[in-house]
Amino acid sequence: MTELNLKNWRLENDEQGIITAILDKAGENANTLSKEIMGELAILLDEFDKNPPKAVIFRSGKAAGFIAGADINEFTQLDSKEKGLEIISRGWNLFNRLADVKYPTLALVRGHCLGGGLELALACKYFLVIDEPSTKMGLPEVMLGIFPGWGGMKRLPERIGAPQALDMMLSGKTIDAKKAKKLGLADDCVPPRVMEMAAKQLVLSGEHHKKLGLVSQVLSGPLKAVTANKAREELAKKARPEHYPAPYAILDIWEKHDGNALADPNLIDNIINSKTARNLVRVFFLQERLKKFGAQSDFKASHVHVVGAGIMGGDIAAWCALRGLKVTLQDTSVDRIAPAIGRAKKLFDRRIKDPLLARDAFDRLVPDVAGDGVKDADVVIEAIFENLDAKHKLLSSLEKKVKASAILATNTSSLKLEDLATILKNPARLVGIHFFNPVAQMPLVEVIHAETTDEKTAKKALAFVKQIDKLPLPVKSAPGFLVNAVLAPYMLEAMCSVDEGISPETIDEAMLAFGMPIGPIELVDTVGLDIAMAAGSQISAANEAPKCLLEKFEKGNLGKKTGVGFYKWVDGKAQKGKPSEVPAGLAERLIAPLLERTQKLVDEGIVGDADLADAGVIFGTGFAPFTGGPLNYSVG
Amino acid sequence: MGFEKKIYIIDGARSPFLKAQKGPGPFSASDMATQIGRALLLRQKFAPSDLSEVILGCAGASADETNIGRMVALRMGCGEKVPGWTVMRNCASGMQALDSAIANIITGRSELVMAGGVDALSRAPLMYNDKMVGWFASLIGAKTPMEKAAVFAKLKVPEVLNPVIGLMKGLTDPVVGLLMGQTAENLAWKFNITRQEMDEYSVQSHQRVLAAQQSGYFEEIIPIIDGDGKVYAADDGVRPDASMAGMAKLKPFFDKKYGNITAANSSQITDGAAWLILASEEAVKKHKLKPIGVISDSEWAGLDPAIMGLGPVHATTPLMQRNNLKIEDIDAWELNEAFAAQVIGCLRAWESDEYCKKELGLAGAFGKIDAEKLNIDGGAVALGHPVGASGARIVLHVLQILRRNGGKKGIATICIGGGLGGSMLVETI
Repeated sequence: MTELNLKNWRLENDEQGIITAILDKAGENANTLSKEIMGELAILLDEFDKNPPKAVIFRSGKAAGFIAGADINEFTQLDSKEKGLEIISRGWNLFNRLADVKYPTLALVRGHCLGGGLELALACKYFLVIDEPSTKMGLPEVMLGIFPGWGGMKRLPERIGAPQALDMMLSGKTIDAKKAKKLGLADDCVPPRVMEMAAKQLVLSGEHHKKLGLVSQVLSGPLKAVTANKAREELAKKARPEHYPAPYAILDIWEKHDGNALADPNLIDNIINSKTARNLVRVFFLQERLKKFGAQSDFKASHVHVVGAGIMGGDIAAWCALRGLKVTLQDTSVDRIAPAIGRAKKLFDRRIKDPLLARDAFDRLVPDVAGDGVKDADVVIEAIFENLDAKHKLLSSLEKKVKASAILATNTSSLKLEDLATILKNPARLVGIHFFNPVAQMPLVEVIHAETTDEKTAKKALAFVKQIDKLPLPVKSAPGFLVNAVLAPYMLEAMCSVDEGISPETIDEAMLAFGMPIGPIELVDTVGLDIAMAAGSQISAANEAPKCLLEKFEKGNLGKKTGVGFYKWVDGKAQKGKPSEVPAGLAERLIAPLLERTQKLVDEGIVGDADLADAGVIFGTGFAPFTGGPLNYSVG
Repeated sequence: MGFEKKIYIIDGARSPFLKAQKGPGPFSASDMATQIGRALLLRQKFAPSDLSEVILGCAGASADETNIGRMVALRMGCGEKVPGWTVMRNCASGMQALDSAIANIITGRSELVMAGGVDALSRAPLMYNDKMVGWFASLIGAKTPMEKAAVFAKLKVPEVLNPVIGLMKGLTDPVVGLLMGQTAENLAWKFNITRQEMDEYSVQSHQRVLAAQQSGYFEEIIPIIDGDGKVYAADDGVRPDASMAGMAKLKPFFDKKYGNITAANSSQITDGAAWLILASEEAVKKHKLKPIGVISDSEWAGLDPAIMGLGPVHATTPLMQRNNLKIEDIDAWELNEAFAAQVIGCLRAWESDEYCKKELGLAGAFGKIDAEKLNIDGGAVALGHPVGASGARIVLHVLQILRRNGGKKGIATICIGGGLGGSMLVETI
């Protein structure tokens, strides 16, 4: 074989004549399919055309996984129709070529295999997955506002049937190794210890993929239109086409063009150059930027102690145990801790499929009435009720017991960190680590750097947040920090509109149509009217509370937790009536105070810059991601 | 006499003892041992990985809990490098775990050991009987659908519905074929123990447990929480309404119709776990530990399996003799209540000139144990007897009583199915 001088691929030959092509992207921890790598793959295929090998196995040289997807940096440069077409045709043609080679090929998939990576694997004759929790396959392009144009829309439905494939492509969700085998995506699923032997046996086996079931065949073929329409109906319940055009485009391309996007160049341009795609790619990079905050310290926790087993404290504890940490959870009695343990068990069972691993998580979460865990913990988080005296008492007793190297943190959302720190002998060690409810669902965690907080401690706290797979956002100490501070005037405006006679349903509908995940009135009910009252008085001292809020508050109708607030709540769901027609400009009016407050917090330096503010509001409130964040939206 | 090295008790804890209700209880044996053990370890000055080893006694671990001692050591977070193992000596499995820890500390193999016992009797299995096992074998042997159909045609429903009850097997002596309750009937017969006496003893056991609960004397209990967030904080087998009239209503269970032993004057079928931490002098210094007591000697004895309930007499007598102790030297006794008749039988044997001469080689009766020193916080008749856990529980609890009442020396002793007795001499510091 001639010397190919590839930068990112390594070839290994065995005595049987099987070539293993190992992708090991130069200078990176993970493989992404850059233009260069695709070019080198083309060179490889040229070489194999000249000297056909007995078989080729594609695998990764990275511990992180197989291939994470396309190189998203390249997406930011697609400013013309031609460039959009070029990037689609590059992958479409290359993977078609790979699919047509005469020698057998196999993708050995261990770790992540996403987007373009899965499209490459689908173009191989055989697909072998390694049975490990980190092995994940999916086509998440839709989350970036685009579509899997390198053959995913064609080959995934062919391989596993349209209903399952559409579900994966439209939601962007990933599946694990066992599921991949079950769906017929993978030909086999094996433990790592036999993967090399399995790959070689399989690639030479001459076997064919499992055929689709009859129903699946019919739904993917003769009844294609029915399948597509059904999927469109389901989709309409989750995403509006004016906000998220990409999933609708996926359905069209599959239905009309068998997954070949090149058949409709205008559609490619409409999607790739849509505002939504640009904004979602922006959000992706914002997320990467937040993650990098966690890399400024090599702090690594193995034991977290949480004081306060209420909803927040209990769920923080459960989350940390889920992420592999030992957690001790303290409260004044075992009866106060127990409900948190029950909730944690449900979380573990839902998130961890292997029952033995779920049991490990349960074993890692230790109730600790006496607070024995404090002395061993690397991170101590207090999440007790919002009372200065109580927190003072607690913090000063914690300070005596914590290790010198440990982070001492508060999850307070309404008290000033500087006031809390006064009780400490070393006020510099107190940092805010502020989670959002529900902890398991909300990706953002604010790390509050008070005036008193030591720089190194703040960096350790950011690293800890990253360690538990949350997105850390550094903010300065100010009432409501970023997220609650921008939500308060927004919820206030919504309640003022109720006072003016607009129905809660109509207000909520206005903001759902805007793209918010939850309406502001339902949000008030969810956080609790008491919290809204307290937060309102702290954050907007000048304003009087809206009448509707006061009335309900005084009656003790505090929202979801009492079963009645602005809505009646049954089984955790708000019972909403039909909204009236939304008055013109209502959404703009409701959102205006949020935008204004976000800008103000940037101006005051509470949050680093406008991009970070956008990131915080998106990941902390679910603010319509396709807008690219409030400030990006207001710039237009 | 006693051990050649000091064996310190550093700490100990147990689960609440949960009476078996209908069906499997909320915790498996390893769940209980893990929850108690991790909480006990959390309050120590040393790290779980500092342990030399973990030894757990268990008479009936489930099929998913092979070498439960190692399994629990890992589940408690002791780390891969701390060895864990399991011992089985029926009702004294927990005491055997302590004795194995002691032996290893004395030889210098270990210096800091977590040892205890556990059983979840509510989860004892139902098993296929031999005829069913044979039927499955022929099913596996059948190749064609016709052959399989023929095998199914031979299946007899009554055999499917007649499983072997694992618990009953466990409570049956494998050599003499007697149920444990029948060995207690033997003692009643031998020592003329009446139903009235047994029932009175049992009512007293409930009353003593209640009084101890009200006084907060079971502080060795650590509450446990199940996956639904339900807290189990106290022993739940005790009956505040225990009375002679209530006792009288029960029919004899083991020797039906004509016997004396009922479910109410026997120990209860229960789930529970108990742990102690034992340390050598060196470990105490190294980790700056504060011992709460000492185990100064132990003894095991064998006797006729048909009267296994007298095991405590046979184990305790030589232990006290070699330590030059008389009955009045002992400030507190924990004699495990497998059956009320069996406790009374032990007392009668010690009070009997004839028995002590003939069976123990003494000059005369060993003596009378003061009822106010024996099982003063009640026992297994009211608390339950999670087989493997009981031996560890009584060692821990006798120390608690000594510390509470300012006593110096205590005996924890237990009868063991199969014709054995175990005994430990516990002292305060």
